[in-house]
Formats: sequence, C-alpha cells, structure tokens
Amino acid sequence: MEAVSQQIPLEHFLVLSAILFSIGVYGVLTRRNAVLILMSVELMLNAASINMVAFAAYASPEAFTGIIFAIFIITIAAAEVGLALAIILRIFRNRGTANVDEVNALKW
Amino acid sequence: MTVAQLIFYVIAALAVAGGLGVVLARNTVYAALFLILALLAVAGIYILLASEFLALVQVLIYAGAITVLLLFGLMLTRVDDLEESMVGAQWPLAAVASALLMGLLITTVATSDWPGDADGMITRIPFETLGQALFRQWAVPFEIASLVLLIALVGAIVLTHDEEGDVEETK
Repeated sequence: MEAVSQQIPLEHFLVLSAILFSIGVYGVLTRRNAVLILMSVELMLNAASINMVAFAAYASPEAFTGIIFAIFIITIAAAEVGLALAIILRIFRNRGTANVDEVNALKW
Repeated sequence: MTVAQLIFYVIAALAVAGGLGVVLARNTVYAALFLILALLAVAGIYILLASEFLALVQVLIYAGAITVLLLFGLMLTRVDDLEESMVGAQWPLAAVASALLMGLLITTVATSDWPGDADGMITRIPFETLGQALFRQWAVPFEIASLVLLIALVGAIVLTHDEEGDVEETK
C-alpha cells in the first residue's frame, strides 16, 4: 500500500455526495415514470458509495472496509435493477402504464 | 489550487450536472444518457480516491450494463413523453424538501470533526490486497451476494415469462 497526496480534504467528497444524494431524493419525489425513479435511486446509491470509498481512503486505510462495501453496493444495485425492471415490465403489460401514480390497486 | 483539486472540481461539476440532467430532463432517453455522464464522473471520483478497481467496476457494471438495462426498460415501457406525465404536481414541495436535506447534510459535514490527515494523504490499495480481503475476510458476504444475484435474476425471469394463458390477453 502506498500513500498518495491529493490535497483534497475529505469534506469535499462528503459535500459532493450530499449534493448527489439530494438530487436523487428530488428525482424520486418528483418523477412519475417508474424507470426514471429507478435512475434517481441509482444516483442515491452512487452518492452513498462515494461516501464509503472516501471514508475508506481517509479514515481507515488499513481496513478499506468502505471499498468492499461499495463493491457489494454495486452488486446489489445490479440485482435490484434487474428485478425492478422485471416488475415494471410486468406492471406495464398488465396495466399499460409505467406511471407510478396510476398503479394504485393497493391504495385505500 | 493544485492540479488534483482542479480535476476534482471539474469531475464534481460533471457529476452534479449529470445528476440534475437525470432528474430534470424532459426526454426519458436524455435522462438515461445524463445518468451515464453522472456514473462516469463518479468513476473519476473513485480514481481520485485511489480506488482504480472500483472505477473499472463502475464503468463496466454501472455505465455499461445497468444503463443499457434501464434504456431497455424505457424502450419497453414507452407510451409517450408528455410533459405533464413526466413530473408530479408536488415538485415545489419536493424541491424544498431535498434542498433542506442538502442543507442539513452539508451543515453536518462542515461542522463535524472528521478523521484523516489535513494534507489529504490517502492510501492506494493494490488489486491483490483487495482480492485477498474479498475472498478471505469477506468470503461469506461474497457468497451471499452471489446468491442474492442468482435469486434476483431467476425472479426477473419468472416475472417476465409469459404463461400460455395470458399471451392472448397481452397481444
């Protein structure tokens, strides 16, 4: 393991991740197409990964748990996207829409 | 300002621009392309954090596979790009909520005392060390992750598979 000097404080990465996460939250709250909501969720997952990798690089370089976590996040994200798209496709075939506002069969 | 800092600001601006494009684009395909931009920028951030392996995985799996899958999803569920069907009526409330969340997070980051050297020294983890940790220390979570992938993909096949009965009804 070699040490690299970047002259970028840890806070910069955390602020970038906070901005990306908030953009993702806005997308999840406003988008009505289910696939676009999924894209916003991907943004939020990436923001979390940036956080983990930044902490791994700055705070615990000997354990690098954050990098391992980021690898698992990417794996779970791949599984999540595959399954979510299958569900969206099924909803689209049955109801003719991918708009989450119109899929309200379970709404009381 | 050093070269690394300049590169960081450029990449961060690209990531934020891509993210804004994802949530604001009127055309769904443009949103997917903006997502590719944001994901590639995040790969650049990983390189700045000396995690080349994660950057490669990010480009291959996120920017490559997941975005193509999302584009397929868009293509198969396409009805129209009507503007009123893109964004819900609650968008001002959502903008206020996410702005408040961003303010809260940034304030917390700015006022907290973080570990790590002030001169920004980080450690580059070699591929070999990472692989050894993944297959020894993290072997059980690794196997569980592969099981989760298998179950998710079998589930996806089962969900999208057309049974004999509902072929006529859908065509």
